[in-house]
Amino acid sequence: MADFKLEPNEKLDVREIMKDLDKYEPRRRGWTWRKHVDNLEMGPFQYHDCSEPLKNGVGLPPAKYFGGIDPQPDPVITTEIASGRFEDDIRRMRMAAWHGADHIMVIRHMGQSHIDGLMEGTPQGIGGVPITRKQVRAQRKALDIIEDEVGRPINYHSYVSGVAGPDVAVMFAEEGINGAHQDPQYNVLYRDINCVRSFVDACESKKIMAWADILQIDGAHNANATAREAWKVMPELIVQHAINSLFSEKVGIKPENISLSTVPPTATPAPSVYMDLPYAVALRDICDRYKMRAQQNTKYICSSAREATVTHVLNMLISKLTRADIQSTITPDEGRNVPWHIYNIEACDNAKQTLLGLDGLMEMVELKKDGPLREMAREIKERACLFMEEIVEAGGYFQAVQEGFFVDSAKYPERNGDGIARKIEGGVGYGYVFEREDDYMAPVTAHFGYNNVEQYGGDPADPAALIGGCTFEDRSKIVYIDELDEEDCVDRRFEKVSKYLDGEAIKPEMEWCADGTIMITMCIPTHVRAAEATALEIGKKLGLEDPEVISKEVLQDAEGTRIEMKGKVTFDIDPNNLEIPPEPHHLSDDVLFKEFSDHPMQVVCGTVGEDEHSVGLREIINIKHGGIEKWGIKVEYLGTSVPVEKLVDAAVELNADAILASTIISHDNVHYKNMKRINELAIEKGIRDKVIIAAGGTQVVPEEARNTGIDEGFGRDSHGIDVATFLAEEAMRRRGDL
Amino acid sequence: MRREDDFAQRRKHIADLSDQELYDRFWELTAQVVDPLLELGRKNTTPSVERAVLLRMGISSLDTQKIVEGCIDRGLMGHGAGHVVYKLSKEKNLSIRDTGAMLAKGEGWDEAASLFKKGGK
Repeated sequence: MADFKLEPNEKLDVREIMKDLDKYEPRRRGWTWRKHVDNLEMGPFQYHDCSEPLKNGVGLPPAKYFGGIDPQPDPVITTEIASGRFEDDIRRMRMAAWHGADHIMVIRHMGQSHIDGLMEGTPQGIGGVPITRKQVRAQRKALDIIEDEVGRPINYHSYVSGVAGPDVAVMFAEEGINGAHQDPQYNVLYRDINCVRSFVDACESKKIMAWADILQIDGAHNANATAREAWKVMPELIVQHAINSLFSEKVGIKPENISLSTVPPTATPAPSVYMDLPYAVALRDICDRYKMRAQQNTKYICSSAREATVTHVLNMLISKLTRADIQSTITPDEGRNVPWHIYNIEACDNAKQTLLGLDGLMEMVELKKDGPLREMAREIKERACLFMEEIVEAGGYFQAVQEGFFVDSAKYPERNGDGIARKIEGGVGYGYVFEREDDYMAPVTAHFGYNNVEQYGGDPADPAALIGGCTFEDRSKIVYIDELDEEDCVDRRFEKVSKYLDGEAIKPEMEWCADGTIMITMCIPTHVRAAEATALEIGKKLGLEDPEVISKEVLQDAEGTRIEMKGKVTFDIDPNNLEIPPEPHHLSDDVLFKEFSDHPMQVVCGTVGEDEHSVGLREIINIKHGGIEKWGIKVEYLGTSVPVEKLVDAAVELNADAILASTIISHDNVHYKNMKRINELAIEKGIRDKVIIAAGGTQVVPEEARNTGIDEGFGRDSHGIDVATFLAEEAMRRRGDL
Repeated sequence: MRREDDFAQRRKHIADLSDQELYDRFWELTAQVVDPLLELGRKNTTPSVERAVLLRMGISSLDTQKIVEGCIDRGLMGHGAGHVVYKLSKEKNLSIRDTGAMLAKGEGWDEAASLFKKGGK
């Protein structure tokens, strides 16, 4: 139902997305993997672990050296986007998709897991987005349009948990959600939702997810994030993964839609790969039937974006050495604030860059079959097996939870007695589990467990036929609710930022339209506490609103501190008053190579007058600096302090096609006088018709240079490409080819 | 519970298992842990399970919790909230949605309850 198409150079107007949402229907159900391409050829390279390329995207910065290629690694790449305002997240989703994300995860509003039933409308969220039908519909609809633009399906994902798990699962199935977190252990351990209730609910949720072909991700990694010494919970992590996975499979989710959320448990300065790799091997050995969604370690993340990035890369090395079907990204600013636009994009690029850099690695190396890796992996598996054994001995899962088996900080079977214990008869929702009577009945599709539809002549294989089909068969039965709160809703928020949405004003943003937030990086040459105070003072003097230091790193106790500070600018920029200089005109590499190959060009050059400067000219000519030699122009360099006569004589002698003169010194307009003289000499010697004459220097104004009679002048910030483009076009013009 | 690491002692009975045997044992134990949890799901229901049934029957999310609460108050949860709506709709010859809306308004409950008097265990 995507009724409008995006143009790459036009902004996505979210207000358009919100129109006719009540009539929107998702275009598909279920999860989509990337399509691997054997020996993908792109630019000068062949790839071994890459998938179908995008139609539109932004490549890594050095892609410009390789014809702008943007290869896409095999694993699905995840990014989590949830700023509290879903409408602004939509624009971030488009940016992420262009940078290679095809799994977009939306974190829920804080406290939503304790709300009995669905939330509706579009209230603003805290710590995430209130997940409602309207919000989900708007984002899925936007992603339909964005996936058409980038040319690859995008998986949309959120959470099926809390005391309204089954309600949410129904809504997700109806609205075309492709992936979801679902793990009753998460409810029990971290949300203190009654354990019996959690598992009964999970049966229904998972059954619905199975029907909708939704890929499931579990919640075991939270044990890692919660335990004091995270590397010690490795045996338990495997136990938690196994319980949720087998439970899900037995409810009916196919194994390829069951994905483990796995996190390398340690981080540097621990010898992290030495500890994390055996764990990764053990987990993949045991859970070989299921998919792996590799997540970055967040337990030890600090405010340094650089440090977080290196951890991410090390974690992806583990992914590569073992297996990751989905590579999650954590934004490098996760340790400081709710993620900003730019860091979602950085994280996607980090993943793409690392996976491309490691492309084909496993065709060259393999993990050792013996030694510490296998011994440590075996030990972790045995410890996990013993853990599972003791759960059975204790009388089952609920008893084990009650006795505090889980999230104990010691490495099993050692116990520190600090695990999270939850009472079987306690927690949120306790007392709300009801035994089904003999005549229990639910006339709907994808319902789990005992369901006596035969009493009304129903067919157990199609219970919903009793009511002529439920919402899963007949979308017209879905009740779409627009807004419940006229103030706390997206339309009111649009009104407040309409001038920015309409393009009448521009303000920087990190999360929300026109939030005004900017970040400043500084080296303050003093100790850390003084540096922070200094930075805040600088922020005030710059007129920033709410300046706040978000990262500080000691360079040396007394000598300096690296500070990153955020703050808000209070002014708008009027785009209509911007002076945008015209884009420089450059011919492409291909055109230049062909021109100078078909029509060889000989240039003589030197710094003229009494001038010993040589740097500028050498940068223009030298192949190492991207100079004109690169495209096959032959250069005769005469050196510095070259008399103008010598330059012209050399041109005659070499039968040169062009003269390039560099002129740095400009007092008394000597630079223009020299240009004039070169032109006159060339006429005198009878070569002016043949030879192109150009001059450059920091004080040269092109128009005034041309007034001296030469063909072109090049001022400050000119590069080899500017000169090569001019020489090629001037030669073409003289031949009559342009 | 506090306990020293007794791994060396505790592992004795699995120490000699092959990797495949250890794998099989692990998953057999896991099945023993999860099977009773599935059984609970088959035999029981909860307010959220019933709300999810009502949603699929085409009832507004604003009404589902009210209907479930009505069922809890009258001891009807064991029959299924969707069942209550279904049976009442047949009895009164109303659509599912209208029946749901009526119950959510607090009407029709005496009749609904009476329909299940003879039923159940």
